[in-house]
Amino acid sequence: MSELNLTVNGEPRRLSRPATLLDLLAELELDARTVVVELNREIIRRPDLGDARLADGDRVEIVHFVGGG
Amino acid sequence: MTDALQTLAPAGDLPLAIGGRSFRSRLMVGTGKYRDNAQMVRAIAATGAEIVTVAVRRVDLDRRKEESVLHHLDPDRHFLLANTAGCYSADEAVRYARLGREAGFNDFVKLEVIGDRDTLLPDTRGLLEATAELVHDGFTVLAYTNDDLITALRLEDAGCAAVMPLASPIGSGLGLLNPMSIRTIKQRLSVPVIVDAGVGTASDACVTMEQGVDGILMNTALAEASDPVLMAKAMRLAVEAGRAAFLAGRMPRREIAVPSSPVRGMLE
Repeated sequence: MSELNLTVNGEPRRLSRPATLLDLLAELELDARTVVVELNREIIRRPDLGDARLADGDRVEIVHFVGGG
Repeated sequence: MTDALQTLAPAGDLPLAIGGRSFRSRLMVGTGKYRDNAQMVRAIAATGAEIVTVAVRRVDLDRRKEESVLHHLDPDRHFLLANTAGCYSADEAVRYARLGREAGFNDFVKLEVIGDRDTLLPDTRGLLEATAELVHDGFTVLAYTNDDLITALRLEDAGCAAVMPLASPIGSGLGLLNPMSIRTIKQRLSVPVIVDAGVGTASDACVTMEQGVDGILMNTALAEASDPVLMAKAMRLAVEAGRAAFLAGRMPRREIAVPSSPVRGMLE
């Protein structure tokens, strides 16, 4: 029941217990200060990451700045 | 070399003002395609650029220890300008612009809406659409566009803080293909005109600045030079030389010779 099947940056990812976006970033060893997160196409601001509970089927995008012109 | 670099900035020139911010350097640079980050950092330092562009991309979750470009650029020293490179529709560009703004540095965006994969020429309809939405949303929009005056005028009307016509296609290094178009755009617009893309070497940058434009944005000309740091120095000098030459006002072109030495006083 509590198992979550997510799509994170286009790849399937399964979480075994309830989690927020902040938990997901911690599991991925990502620093919330250096990334921007979209949940189902909606940007979740940094202060809200800990309140954003993930649901089965959610699509998460995690982006950052890379070199570009 | 350092003294020459410091003395060449034209005296009395105003700083470049875009969207309520003021910049000392008229040279802006990208951060893509360098051999490594150390080389990028040294090349950017040698350009003296303040505005530095970055792209928004997915974090690679398999190689998550790979550092973002922010680990190498000091956001206190550089003004980070997020781009929407790689976007082929207005909706996609707006999405990327919002992600870039959320990173929390500023509300500027270098807006690209590309219309063709071979030439990377802009989709001007999509560009105007995205501009309207982003301006409404409070963004300071710098729009990458072609060298068409009408599109440039419409982008200005739509609220762009700067219009960025190309010298030639992105990454082509072909230099300034249409000086008259660029000059016309500069003469007709009130917002700053920054030439973006196509500059290949220092003479291209100099000729471009001589058209009177407010600045140049470049990436590949530096990153793909055999010695990017030396090319960065050359570009800095070229932009300053071109700017100074424009402000100095060039002599008229004449299709006849006019002697420089007196014609009187010759021996019988």
